[in-house]
Amino acid sequence: MLRIPCPHCGERDYTEFRYGGDASKTRPAHDERDVRAWHDHVFVFTNPRGPHREYWQHVQGCRQWLILERDTATNAVGTARLARDGTPA
Amino acid sequence: MSGGPHRLARGGRIDRDRPIRCEFDGRPLAGFAGDTLASALLANGITLVGRSFKYHRPRGLLAAGVEEPNALVTVGDGGRTTPNLPATTVEMRTGLRARRQNGWPSVDVDLGALNGWLAPLLPAGFYYKTLMGPRRGSWMWYEPFIRRAAGLGRAVHERDPDRYDARHAFTDVLVIGAGPAGLAAALAAAAAGAEVLLVEQDSALGGSLLAAPVTGSLERWRSQLETAVRSTPTIEVLTRTTALGAYDGRTVALLERHDHADPDPDPDRGAARETVVTLRARAIVTATGAFERPLLFADNDRPGVMLASAARTYLNRYAIAPGRRALVATCTDAGWLTALDLAAAGTAVTVVEQRDEIAEPLVAAARGAGIDVRTGAMVTRALGTRGVAGARVESRASGRAQRLDCDVLCVSGGWSPTLHLTSHTGRKPRYRPELDAFVPEDWAAGDFGAGAVVGAYSSAAAVESGLAAGRAAATFCGCVSTADPPTAPTAPAEADEPTALAAALPPPRRGRGRTFVDLQNDVTVKDVALAHDEGYGAVEHLKRYTTLGMGTDQGRTSNVNAIATLASLGARGVGETGTTTFRPPFTPVSVGALAARSVGRHFRPIRRSPLEPWHLANGATMIEAGPWLRPWFYAWAGSDVGSAYREEMRLVRSGVGVSDVSSLGKIDVQGPDAAQFLNRVYVNGFAKLAVGKARYGVMLNDDATVLDDGTTARFGEHRYFMTTTTAQAGEVMSWLEFLLQTAWPELRVQVVSVTDAWAGMSVAGPRAREALERALPGVDVSNDALPHMGVREVVLDGVPLRVLRLSFSGELAYELYVPATRGISLWEHLLAAAAPLGIKPYGLEALASLRIEKGHVAGLELDHRNTLDDLGLGKLASGDKAYVGRALRARPALQAEDRWSLVGLECLDAGARLRGGSILFASGDAIAGHGRGYVTSVTFSTVLGKTIALGLYQGGLRHRGEEIVCAFPLKGETVRARIVSPMFIDPEGTRLHV
Amino acid sequence: MTERYSALALARHALTGARWPRAWRRADPKPHYDVVIIGGGGHGLATAYYLAKNHRVTRVAVLERAVIGSGNVGRNTTLVRSNYLLDGNTQFFEHSLRLWEGLSHELNFNVMLSQRGQIVLAHGPSQLDVLARKGNVMRLNGIDAELLDRGEVERLLPYLDFSERARFPIHGGLLQRRAGTVRHDAVAWGYARAASELGVDIIEHCEVTGFLREGDRVIGVETSRGRIGADRTAISVAGHTSQVAALAGLRVPVESHLLQAFVTEPIKPFVDHVISFGAELFYISQSDKGGLVFGGHIDGFNSYTQRGQFPKVQTVAECAVALIPSISRLRLLRHWAGIQDMTPDGSPFIGRTPLRDLYLNGGWCYQGFKATPAAGWCFAHTIAHAEAHPLIEHFSLERFLDGNGYDEYGLGNWTYRQ
Repeated sequence: MLRIPCPHCGERDYTEFRYGGDASKTRPAHDERDVRAWHDHVFVFTNPRGPHREYWQHVQGCRQWLILERDTATNAVGTARLARDGTPA
Repeated sequence: MSGGPHRLARGGRIDRDRPIRCEFDGRPLAGFAGDTLASALLANGITLVGRSFKYHRPRGLLAAGVEEPNALVTVGDGGRTTPNLPATTVEMRTGLRARRQNGWPSVDVDLGALNGWLAPLLPAGFYYKTLMGPRRGSWMWYEPFIRRAAGLGRAVHERDPDRYDARHAFTDVLVIGAGPAGLAAALAAAAAGAEVLLVEQDSALGGSLLAAPVTGSLERWRSQLETAVRSTPTIEVLTRTTALGAYDGRTVALLERHDHADPDPDPDRGAARETVVTLRARAIVTATGAFERPLLFADNDRPGVMLASAARTYLNRYAIAPGRRALVATCTDAGWLTALDLAAAGTAVTVVEQRDEIAEPLVAAARGAGIDVRTGAMVTRALGTRGVAGARVESRASGRAQRLDCDVLCVSGGWSPTLHLTSHTGRKPRYRPELDAFVPEDWAAGDFGAGAVVGAYSSAAAVESGLAAGRAAATFCGCVSTADPPTAPTAPAEADEPTALAAALPPPRRGRGRTFVDLQNDVTVKDVALAHDEGYGAVEHLKRYTTLGMGTDQGRTSNVNAIATLASLGARGVGETGTTTFRPPFTPVSVGALAARSVGRHFRPIRRSPLEPWHLANGATMIEAGPWLRPWFYAWAGSDVGSAYREEMRLVRSGVGVSDVSSLGKIDVQGPDAAQFLNRVYVNGFAKLAVGKARYGVMLNDDATVLDDGTTARFGEHRYFMTTTTAQAGEVMSWLEFLLQTAWPELRVQVVSVTDAWAGMSVAGPRAREALERALPGVDVSNDALPHMGVREVVLDGVPLRVLRLSFSGELAYELYVPATRGISLWEHLLAAAAPLGIKPYGLEALASLRIEKGHVAGLELDHRNTLDDLGLGKLASGDKAYVGRALRARPALQAEDRWSLVGLECLDAGARLRGGSILFASGDAIAGHGRGYVTSVTFSTVLGKTIALGLYQGGLRHRGEEIVCAFPLKGETVRARIVSPMFIDPEGTRLHV
Repeated sequence: MTERYSALALARHALTGARWPRAWRRADPKPHYDVVIIGGGGHGLATAYYLAKNHRVTRVAVLERAVIGSGNVGRNTTLVRSNYLLDGNTQFFEHSLRLWEGLSHELNFNVMLSQRGQIVLAHGPSQLDVLARKGNVMRLNGIDAELLDRGEVERLLPYLDFSERARFPIHGGLLQRRAGTVRHDAVAWGYARAASELGVDIIEHCEVTGFLREGDRVIGVETSRGRIGADRTAISVAGHTSQVAALAGLRVPVESHLLQAFVTEPIKPFVDHVISFGAELFYISQSDKGGLVFGGHIDGFNSYTQRGQFPKVQTVAECAVALIPSISRLRLLRHWAGIQDMTPDGSPFIGRTPLRDLYLNGGWCYQGFKATPAAGWCFAHTIAHAEAHPLIEHFSLERFLDGNGYDEYGLGNWTYRQ
């Protein structure tokens, strides 16, 4: 059972969360019309075997979208922060 | 009562004051509380307990625990029939009914044994090489025979009457296994201040110590250990509890069994047969011990060939003499302990030891006990058919062989640490030659091992390692011990058992008889050699090609012997060959326990409208709509949906009806930037929506497929009320939150789901306004005060009420929202006040049909594949503002003119019916391939008096007026239809603006 | 050389005690091949076989990091069927099923295709309409399909939950009689043996660590066993697609997810068909050995760990009991996970890549196993002719750029939701 450390609610089972995929990608600007930019954002993945920065929403808790560090090779869970605070540099 | 002719007069851990009679193969079987079915069988001299999977060879008890490969029985009757249970794990209890399996006509006289004669024709994987001809598909002719022959026990198709439960738990330190190591680990962790959960699959605590004589010092010590554990309040002990699997996050799934006392627990009293526990531990001590391995020699599967540790268990724990004349074949000191105990119980014993050099005290003790000792010798074949009658023993030095008589042949070929649980989380074991065993390595943080699983084989060493592991685990949890170094009750000298061993010798390659590596799946040394010859020598290939280790015992007693056999064939060494991956569960677990309470109506939670009690009391037939239950149709309109929905439609088109729309998603959107936010997420403009107005809107996904549609009303400067479809409510909510929290955190907007806060009802029909005027006299619902798409918020008798003039049906209609708890009273009030107008409720089928007449898209059109333009909604999109999905909407394939897009269809063939899922063709097309579109939704239009449909058609309404063909080859039907506007009624919308 | 398999051959070996030859040759890497295929799974081996058989390209190497067949071909739930909706998919998977139907004879290796029929259940009228659409398309493409109402389903499968207690009552179903199961490992071994016989080198324990490049052209691979040159190089590594493609500097629309599979203890014949639940993604069949095999939904987040999460085990068990209440008493024997290469639209990529002479076959989502013969067939054609086989043209790597996503399941373009 993945256990996700929600900054608001503490460590919880991953089943309380909704997965939101790769959080390392930068969403194009809202008025960006370049198809390639949106294509790469929506459809192309790095899909690393190793450290992965990803979105999870605590749907059964505080409803906040989090950015979680997790290793896809081991499922080892690192830290989580609120997505609204932006990604760390 | 004696509890069986082979029962010793004294000793054992059985309760002689509680005799138990159960039923075995239809005959009574006597035993005592504390017995297993296996021990009761042995006590009664029943040694032929099963037939093997492939060759139907007679088989007896090899083991005394979960590793038993042979003695599988079926327990229970009717819906409680449970096949394939190892008799060694079935506790004796009153009312138990068990039977042997896999023999025909019986296990005693089994014609399947003829397979044994065919064995040379049926080597491992023979089916890959034959049963293919004469024609393609011939396998289908052979397969039923194979399937009937395979499959161990027989299951029934009756509903299981028992209940199962699930619970969640947390602990600091989980200790798995209550042998000496686990008991010590629990004591040490608790002494350091940790909360401890100790789980043990057995019914008693002590592990390997339970096989020691009950009168000796080891038992006294075990008892002290148990007392210490039981009297520590911070140690919770769960017996009859199996750690099924270890998962990420130091989560361990446990299975608690409750049916040891009563095989038929009363489900009506809520008694659960088993409980699955999802346990999250901060640290884990794995103290799961080790399984003994048998030796490889010809006919090593005969009933009476038994692990030495099992023989010792039957002798000391169950007070059974497994034989009168025992031969102990061993390459470990452990075998000698069995020999000594057997001798002490009066059994004539011969030890056949593969090693030349044995610790002198052991030899002296054995000689002193009158044991016939043969060192440097090995058993090459077991003699006897339905039971062991002797063994062929060969001297390693001289090669001379002789026959020794025996009626039980105890084997001890080394130990295999129980590394299943550590393997579950991906920890690779390492081969340690001095132990001739794979031992878990590469422990993760917070994971600790103790006892035999890490090679600490003697009881004293196990306790030492348990103390260290328990203390380390507590420290890992952050416990700071103030106590002295933890201690356990002092071990007696006997706890320092001799543990020397040597790797077992490979089996002789020549000679008669078959040497079994995997007893349950009938895999022999010859099969392993065959696999090796054919290039299936990698352990994963060997397993898959021969099925070795794939049985219900998961190869506990066969895995290492198979690897050693491979190594002896000139492959790589045991360590390099490696072991296969063990998968959860550790022992098989009933599917019902895993499903626990989520069965029947409780399979998935039901979402219910606050108005549901009224519907049920007033003749509604309900239907599943995703997780919701919604009224499908009402009894007032008819007894079956086909006639009722038409009656309900007529009512709405001619008078007034009311329907429950509480399941619609409802989202409050508030904040200074709410208008801008909505303007971004909807394709159409929301920036200028006036207070007191609502607007229909469509949202796209980033990839420009349609996410959802609905209306949003503006009740205040910064206050909006959004409705979504029932199906997409959750998706939309998360999506809005995602955008606000990740993409546009600068927007000052909050969204909150209020779906469950409001009851919703739609009052529709030409007389809807009259109905509202009667029901809500204080609210001005005139066309001037509340025009089409107008909304207002009032408080009536202290109850907030939202009135939105929106229409899904195409009629004059209002959606009313009140707090959920006031839903029924408003609903009843409406019906009563507007009763003179003939108001009645209408259900989901009529709702869905009314919208088809009006050409509104819904679930069947909104299938994630369609774009805005496909649904005829392209003109909604504002050209000059950005909205989610705009960029990718511009992709050429999404703008192609021949995309399948929304059309209306009218049936042209009188008496024929259009069907949902029909494939559309232009007239003149060959009726083949994928067509030019399909029918999404069909209904009978009461207004038009004929069947109409919505569909998607290549090029859409550019083909308006054309006659096309709707093919439904599944029923052999083709029907002619005409493409028309999807707005079948009132395309100008005059009915909406009255 | 390989010896032909038959009952007679078995009898001869039984009588003489003669040893069987290796099923496939042990091969060491040569300096250069016409085609190097990365990945010794079902798809890679099938591709090698059809390159040799159909296109006479025999200087082919299959490079496998571990041992052949150790990935998804040996972890899946063994289902084969051709009940597909979208134009292109229907024909491709029917081609695959036809190849399955002749495969044991083609390879002289019994892959035990068991055409026991698959029934997909509908739990409401509109769900049945969706199935009807698919069934109609199948019939219009010459594929067998039958639409069943509730009563017909009950006659066929009386042990499903037709009681009042069912949370999602059964409304009907779609039956494809030609669908069924195949002995999965045998597919890898059978293709390997047949390919080896035609001269293909199957090189195990050979991990690709890089690509040899000449400008935008790939001219071979760097491996744990040295450099291997190739006129054409093909990637066929399922869940590891992103990793291997990254070695060539490519990012692809693939995420690696966990898909679990489950088997119960063996029992006597209990379920004859393949049955797919309609309320959630769940399906069940019984293997020849007697175990009930279950499959479900992906665990739902990227992972390469090849082990599943326990809540998903419970979810699948719940589905099993909801579908067939009597399963409650049976015991789950094992569960395991494969790394599934998920794509945004649920459809694969098979064809050329932006790099010359580098080909890619991956992103099969839930359908990799049943696609094996046709994927090999079409991929081999594509590699041999440097041009996409007509059956796979729509599976291009660039399809999302022009908006040609291929969403068979109507689940939307999000890998982790599918």
